[in-house]
Amino acid sequence: MAQTTFEEISASDFFYRNRDIAGFTNPSRAIFAAIRELVENSLDAAESLKIPPDIYVRLSYEGEASKETQIYRLRVEDNGIGVPPRHIPSAFGQVLYGSKYKLKQQRGTFGLGGKMALLYGQITTHQPATIISSTGITKIYMYKLMIDIQRNRPLILDRKILLNKEQWRGTIVEFTLEGDYFRAMPKILDYFKQTAMVNPYANLTFVDPKGRLYKLTRITKEMPEPPKETKPHPYGVDVELLQRLIQITPHKNMLDFLKNHFHRVGEVTAQKFLEFSNISPSKNPKKLTHEEIVRLMHMLKKFKDFLAPDASCLSPLGEELLKAGIIKELKPEFVAVHQRKPATYAGHPFIVEVGIAYGGEIPKKDGFLIYRFANRIPLLYDEASDVSVKVIEAMNWRRYKVTPDMPIAIMVHICSTKVPYKTVGKEFIADRPEVRREIANGLREVARQIQRFLTRREHVDREKKRLGVFSKYLPKIAQFSAKLAGKEKLPDIDKLLRSVKRFGAEET
Amino acid sequence: MEQKKHKISMIEKRKEVLASLENLGLKTYEQLDSGYFPSITMPSRSTENIHYDPQLRQYILGDRTVRRSTRNIRHLKPFTQLVWAALFSHELTSQRKTSTLRDVYYSAQAYEMTFTDQEESNNIVTDLETVLGFSREDFSIFPEERSAVFGDLTIEYTVPGYEGRTLNLTSHPDGVLIGPALTSAEFVKTTADKVIAIEKGGLFTRFIEENVHKKFNAILVLTAGQAPRATRHFIRRLNQELNLPVYIFTDGDPWGMHIAMVIISGSANAAHLRELNTPDAKWSGVWATDIVNYKLPTDPLDDVDVKRLYELQKDPRYKDPLWQREIKTFMKIKKKAEQEAFSRYGLTYIVDEYLPEKLEAEK
Repeated sequence: MAQTTFEEISASDFFYRNRDIAGFTNPSRAIFAAIRELVENSLDAAESLKIPPDIYVRLSYEGEASKETQIYRLRVEDNGIGVPPRHIPSAFGQVLYGSKYKLKQQRGTFGLGGKMALLYGQITTHQPATIISSTGITKIYMYKLMIDIQRNRPLILDRKILLNKEQWRGTIVEFTLEGDYFRAMPKILDYFKQTAMVNPYANLTFVDPKGRLYKLTRITKEMPEPPKETKPHPYGVDVELLQRLIQITPHKNMLDFLKNHFHRVGEVTAQKFLEFSNISPSKNPKKLTHEEIVRLMHMLKKFKDFLAPDASCLSPLGEELLKAGIIKELKPEFVAVHQRKPATYAGHPFIVEVGIAYGGEIPKKDGFLIYRFANRIPLLYDEASDVSVKVIEAMNWRRYKVTPDMPIAIMVHICSTKVPYKTVGKEFIADRPEVRREIANGLREVARQIQRFLTRREHVDREKKRLGVFSKYLPKIAQFSAKLAGKEKLPDIDKLLRSVKRFGAEET
Repeated sequence: MEQKKHKISMIEKRKEVLASLENLGLKTYEQLDSGYFPSITMPSRSTENIHYDPQLRQYILGDRTVRRSTRNIRHLKPFTQLVWAALFSHELTSQRKTSTLRDVYYSAQAYEMTFTDQEESNNIVTDLETVLGFSREDFSIFPEERSAVFGDLTIEYTVPGYEGRTLNLTSHPDGVLIGPALTSAEFVKTTADKVIAIEKGGLFTRFIEENVHKKFNAILVLTAGQAPRATRHFIRRLNQELNLPVYIFTDGDPWGMHIAMVIISGSANAAHLRELNTPDAKWSGVWATDIVNYKLPTDPLDDVDVKRLYELQKDPRYKDPLWQREIKTFMKIKKKAEQEAFSRYGLTYIVDEYLPEKLEAEK
């Protein structure tokens, strides 16, 4: 009889064994994921202080790893909030440790991505990572560390404290990893371009292993309002979250517990709910059994009278910035953007922003260029599975004079405290009816705008053509008729040509 | 006396043509100069506006008119082409040169005027005919020549370089081309007392070889199929100016019949023009009844022939009893015969037997 051994594995170990789900599937995907995770952390770090981000990324060649893969050194610098010195080892050396467990819209959600990158680097090259950070105080802290995978603990190899004479603030992460840059290159460049599109207030600099410099310069210092932290909405909680809230709550009865830990739940709503769910208001939440917690979760979802979550915890880009970003990166002839009113799915507020751009430097190809974003992150993989693509494909574009052979780009941005990703790899958005409806309505609005533009342009084109015909033929008639009538002087046709123009101007 | 009158009429006509072309230019010029979009009104050539006039014995255009205004963008190009065509014709006519429809199409390109195709340029020339009321030969645009004339008629050329030169039309045994020079020539004298028009080249040559022109005192005209407008006009002049009766010999089928009819009553396509037809000309054969009477070798009528007969039966030009009788006979015998069919009785039979009988019958 075979013996089964049970052993507890640490979070690091778990992700090490299951790195596919975090996007580190293969050498080319891994290098893309590493850059992306660190850049996103850097953007969040700057935005939380409402500072326009300055991010510098350098990837340099270190040597051969195998026939198809190389070893690279990746360095990412930002001007963000910085990490307080005592948190540095855990923030970079312990999986599932981090600042991102509060409910507000942020790029990263699991506190996982950056560490996965370091973990992947450590697994493939056995080298420590260097972290340098300062919160703008008088000192700069530098750590050399590795992750103890089994114990999910940071191993500090070296620690230095430097004087911060120039009051530098920010974080630098540098480590080595194995990858295949040349296979990943198109995606990485796309990633920077699209990131610049939805972060038009950021400076992004990328130096690739061949020394090529890609510089994406900000065009504005305007930034969207940063999101406010918020409590969870009763429709959106799960058992795990309930248990965590019960653990930390100082409140001794259910009424206070509900009033203080849930979004948009006040005295009256809490009482009504307890009555509805037949739970005593004086019951101590810490005394709830597991079964009671599960029942509580179901009742929270069933109760119809909770107010919808408000959207102050969201930070959409805004129509102005979205438009600026699109103009900056795509240089189109026409752009229309639209921001939907906040909506909710399963207790999570979300806002959809869409844009459509036409002509200019947008290439003509068979079909539209589709740019998908979630919480200001470009989504580059699995386009076909994404809900936006499904909505775009289902739309009757001909109604709006739009045909697939036109040079058209469509942007869909969804921001939420919990983006409905289908996978941990954050590649595409699940098809939820609430989300689908918002995207469809947003697209209809911008489609109407592009229809107006196309109609007008058609009209102007026709008018130009019409004027062209008059100014081509009237002078000829003048010339022929003068000759035929034996006149030396040509007839004066300026008046006629002017009248054609006036006539034309009235029509437009 | 008579001849002199003709000579003046040819010069007068040219003057008239030039004046009306200049007038078109002047009207356009003045409209432009006073700030109006030039426009032109002319009779409509659409089928609904083509009527048969029993008085004139030809098709004419009705009262409907069309207005070409340069205010309308769709009319702008055709209008420009029309004015160009007028200018081109004026240059040709005043310099006494001639051109063909094909030539017009190409010449336009020298003026940065383009015609999409030959048909477009032909249409513009027809427009100009409609506006002016002159046929294109009058303003020096001719079709490709293919028809000819032979017989004792002396003509005097009016074309540059040949003015005053005379030619007797028996001087060339193949006949003389009815081209621009002949069309504009004056008739000086003739001993002929009739005109015989023949559809096919083979028979025309046979008639010359057999001295039909002498034996019958006739001027022979080869129409070479459907007679070109210059030839129709030429036949009319022989009839009107020299008072010669005209007899037409064609194949014995609906198509031959119609060749004769167009010479007599004109075509719907030329309803905007006058003086192209010869109302008193006679169709002398080959009739359907000739096929029966002379027991000619025949071919069966095919479907298009029969269809054509039904069309002709309803055509107002065919309302006379002779035509109706022949159409019915064709339908009854369901046969047709070519002019050459007479050769079964020997090469000279048609001249010695058939022709005298037919000409006698027509008197």
